[in-house]
Amino acid sequence: MKILVVDDEQDMQALFQQRFRKEIKEHLAEFAFATSGEDALVYLQQHNHEAVLILSDINMPGMSGLELLKHIKQKYATPPPVVMMITAYGDSENYDKAMQLGADDFLTKPIDFALLKEKLKITVND
Amino acid sequence: MSLEAFVLFFLIVYLRKSSKKHSVLLKWDKTFVSLLFVIALLAVIQVSFSVAFINWIWQILLLLVLVALVRLPEFAKFKMLMWAILPFVVISFVGDLVEPFTNPVFSPLKRLLNFADPLAITWMIALLIIWNKQQKALEKERNLRLSEEEQHKIVEARKIELEYLVSERTAELTHQKEELEQALLELKSTQNQLIQSEKMASLGELTAGIAHEIQNPLNFVNNFSEVSVELLDELKSGPLQNLPAADKEEVEDIMENLVQNLEKIHHHGKRADAIVKGMLQHSRSSTQHKEPADINALVDEYLRLSYHGLRAKDKSFNATMQTDYDQRLQKINVISQDIGRVVLNLFTNSFYSVNEKKKQMGESFQPTVSVSTRHITFPAGTEGVEIRVKDNGLGIPQRVLDKIYQPFFTTKPAGQGTGLGLSISYDIVTKVHGGEMKVDTKEGEFAEFIILLPQ
Repeated sequence: MKILVVDDEQDMQALFQQRFRKEIKEHLAEFAFATSGEDALVYLQQHNHEAVLILSDINMPGMSGLELLKHIKQKYATPPPVVMMITAYGDSENYDKAMQLGADDFLTKPIDFALLKEKLKITVND
Repeated sequence: MSLEAFVLFFLIVYLRKSSKKHSVLLKWDKTFVSLLFVIALLAVIQVSFSVAFINWIWQILLLLVLVALVRLPEFAKFKMLMWAILPFVVISFVGDLVEPFTNPVFSPLKRLLNFADPLAITWMIALLIIWNKQQKALEKERNLRLSEEEQHKIVEARKIELEYLVSERTAELTHQKEELEQALLELKSTQNQLIQSEKMASLGELTAGIAHEIQNPLNFVNNFSEVSVELLDELKSGPLQNLPAADKEEVEDIMENLVQNLEKIHHHGKRADAIVKGMLQHSRSSTQHKEPADINALVDEYLRLSYHGLRAKDKSFNATMQTDYDQRLQKINVISQDIGRVVLNLFTNSFYSVNEKKKQMGESFQPTVSVSTRHITFPAGTEGVEIRVKDNGLGIPQRVLDKIYQPFFTTKPAGQGTGLGLSISYDIVTKVHGGEMKVDTKEGEFAEFIILLPQ
């Protein structure tokens, strides 16, 4: 499964690659990284017909994660890719807004990778 | 009837009338009345019986009156009257005296008297007229003076009235001024409090922002340390096993250290995370819901916060803290933020008090703030918690003891305290949580605040 991680923090790349090293080695998952909402959209356009799971931060300069979420759900509506928000801002306001825009899940930082892996497993099995 | 009789009669009448106006002469009134009677009687007798010598009585009476007018001090103002009638009386007297004498020696005298008689009468009338005018003028003047005095009295009375009104108004205005001054003071206090609130609010937002921003790096610290430990474990169970024995031991040692270091990094990262989460909870807007809270932890957290907060502001500040937490304490339903604010206020006050005492007493004084918690049962049967905050500071004087919970009341110098800390704390404990707040103190020695919170 292709997973696109959208976060303005460059170090997320290293973290995910280390955390998922087993899965990457066993070709269970393939990771791509975008450091902005705009870059993410470019990637999605290039990989239009591939099932992509998107993990996105909310607080980013330029296009925010929630705007990205809106775009994705509107543009790629059939079927819409799974989008999970990962963010430091775990307040109810952000949660409600994300859910309203169609987010499939909502996780807070610091990321609990065990929990994340569980959720991904469930999604893959759907 | 002779002219003298009439003159005498009217003279007496006039004297009586005038004397009535002057109380001094009132005692003469009776005399005048009797005299008038006598004159009238004699006149009647003279007319009825033609008794000639009554003329002489008239003369004598007139002379007596003259003498009285001259001699008696009470009649001093009638002197002019005396001058008026004097020629007439003298001529009349001499005339009557000389008349019976037919000797031609007296003829020139008689002729002179005859000539002088009308003159005397004219003189008398003229002077009487002048006298009358004078009296009238005097009367007028007196009345004028009296009316002036009256006016003056009225004016004076009015002046006093107005002065009284003015002083009343002044008192009113002064009172209003004082009320306004008081209101101004309260407004200034409120303004200060609002500014403080604004600062706290913006600080709260800032804190929230900073907290969230710190979550990101913390995320990496924790996750990378975890991953690194995992990688090291993989090394340990994998490639490490293939090393020659000598190297293996050394590598194992170093790896052991690496693992421990990473675990420590992870541990402190988690600590930082907990602090940030605590800060976020603190700045989050109040939900007004009571939730079960661990009072010991809450009190301890705010004790440290207060102490370190004060130390951050004043490096020289130092105090001993004593804690005595009841370990059997159960969680009770409170709004943590609010109770936190209350104990924070008590701690801040205590630290301030002991610090001030230290400034006064110097090195010999050991500032101590102690806090204790205890499980209690209220008289009504409900369970609860007692929190005691005690300091060996300046204490609270008797005269201010009943004011400490009043809003805006403070003993701190202007600008240093809003005077709202205890007022808000009292409301939180009693109104919001239905508890009690008491104080036990001795001026110059200690102060102890006791909070009772029901389940």
